[in-house]
Amino acid sequence: MLTKKRVSVLAAGLCLMMMAGVALAGSGKSLMMATTTSTDNTGLLDELIPHFEKETGIALKWTATGTGKALKLGQNCDVDVLLVHAPPAEKAYIKNGFGKDRRQIMYNDFVIIGPKADPAGITGKDISAALTAIKARGERFISRGDDSGTNKKEKLLWKSAGIPLPDQEAWYVQTGQGMLATINVAQEKKGYTMTDRGTYIKYQDQQGGHAPLTVLVEGDAILLNQYAVLTLDPKNCPHAKYELAKTFSDWMASDSAQKKISEFRLLGQKLFIPNAN
Amino acid sequence: MDYLISGFVKGLGLLISKDASTWSAVGATLQASTASMAVSLAAGLPCGFLLGYYDFPWKRALRTVVDTLLALPTVCVGLLIYALISSRGPFGAYDLLFTVSGIAAGQAILAFPIVTAITASIIESIDANLKLTLVSLGAGKKDILATCLWEVRYGILAAAVTAYGRVLTEVGISMMVGGNIKYHTRTITTAIALETNKGMFADGIALGLVLMTIALAVNVSLAFLRKR
Repeated sequence: MLTKKRVSVLAAGLCLMMMAGVALAGSGKSLMMATTTSTDNTGLLDELIPHFEKETGIALKWTATGTGKALKLGQNCDVDVLLVHAPPAEKAYIKNGFGKDRRQIMYNDFVIIGPKADPAGITGKDISAALTAIKARGERFISRGDDSGTNKKEKLLWKSAGIPLPDQEAWYVQTGQGMLATINVAQEKKGYTMTDRGTYIKYQDQQGGHAPLTVLVEGDAILLNQYAVLTLDPKNCPHAKYELAKTFSDWMASDSAQKKISEFRLLGQKLFIPNAN
Repeated sequence: MDYLISGFVKGLGLLISKDASTWSAVGATLQASTASMAVSLAAGLPCGFLLGYYDFPWKRALRTVVDTLLALPTVCVGLLIYALISSRGPFGAYDLLFTVSGIAAGQAILAFPIVTAITASIIESIDANLKLTLVSLGAGKKDILATCLWEVRYGILAAAVTAYGRVLTEVGISMMVGGNIKYHTRTITTAIALETNKGMFADGIALGLVLMTIALAVNVSLAFLRKR
């Protein structure tokens, strides 16, 4: 039977578990960052941040999301610092009084990947010609469709190719998911997609070096993917930890951090190239 | 297909290994779900009792509202809580965003209507004679509440198990309010979402197995409560 004694044993157990939870919460200097999925999914932050915490004594927590949401979290003062990759949006962000300092840290580049058979014949074309060919042939193009930094860049590419965003076209698939998930959709649907090179290398790594999707278009200046640390404007967010955010920004630009970024490799390939100013 | 099998193997490995990130996710999951269940039971049982026991105007309408809330989308609860505890929100000063407590608050909102609705249904089904007997024995209001709840304890257990299942498996609130921060607010479900997003399907399956093991442990201990 369900006895009163047993119930009280259960209740005591629950209380203990909750107290254990409270006791786990730490103290000390801490910084909250919003960043993009690419820095997190590739494993770069897992590699880098323990060094930052050891050298500065600041505990850094981060939430990985699209650049669009990361900027919004900063605007609402829910985080202290941002690591994002959408330069035009970042500059507007500072102009609108949400961001204070922007410091470029590293870059990689965007590439168009697709099936090795390349049904739209875009291999070696420049980016605008490639997109035009995909549209003309009605081949599947898989888009993030989530207003992330990568998605913002992709929309810009359609625009600069003179093609209105193919939002309603049957061949244009918007996943609303992260980069690796989107690459996996492209693989399943045998379609094209645009990705940052770091995530593509990660995907290659997962496929054991036999990835069905391969790089078809690369090298255009417009495909540069610049990452930057943004501090928040104390006027908009007086409670955000501006000084600690500045420490993080300086640390990311320091020689030792830049060297670590440069040494971070998968399958022997660099994922990010440091270029702090 | 092969990731299903390797997922199961990996899951068993995670359960017996001391993988720090898995255990921290187990911890966050247990903390959030335990706290939210405690709150939702404390609030939901009396509300369910009142709703099932007493007749009052608009009772039917209120029941409909509670029943509708059973279909609360978790992401919307997440957005609601976010709006309240964001540093621009009314409770921003309490620093609840990106904490396990924040997740627990959202999950309590999710579980409350489940506990309330099921409790009300069970109380309604109590033999009307019980009430008469209690009143004729001179029982006070407090005693009636306690006795009725005690009489339907197994039904209440069912309400708790149902609500716990929903709380344990939700991902929308944990993701939106917790932020999926490694070693802090990453729960099993947000870890599954992350691994799946990363294309690590086997790891997703493995973590799913870990979650099912927690659910099994909870249900086994509840079965122990019912044992003679």
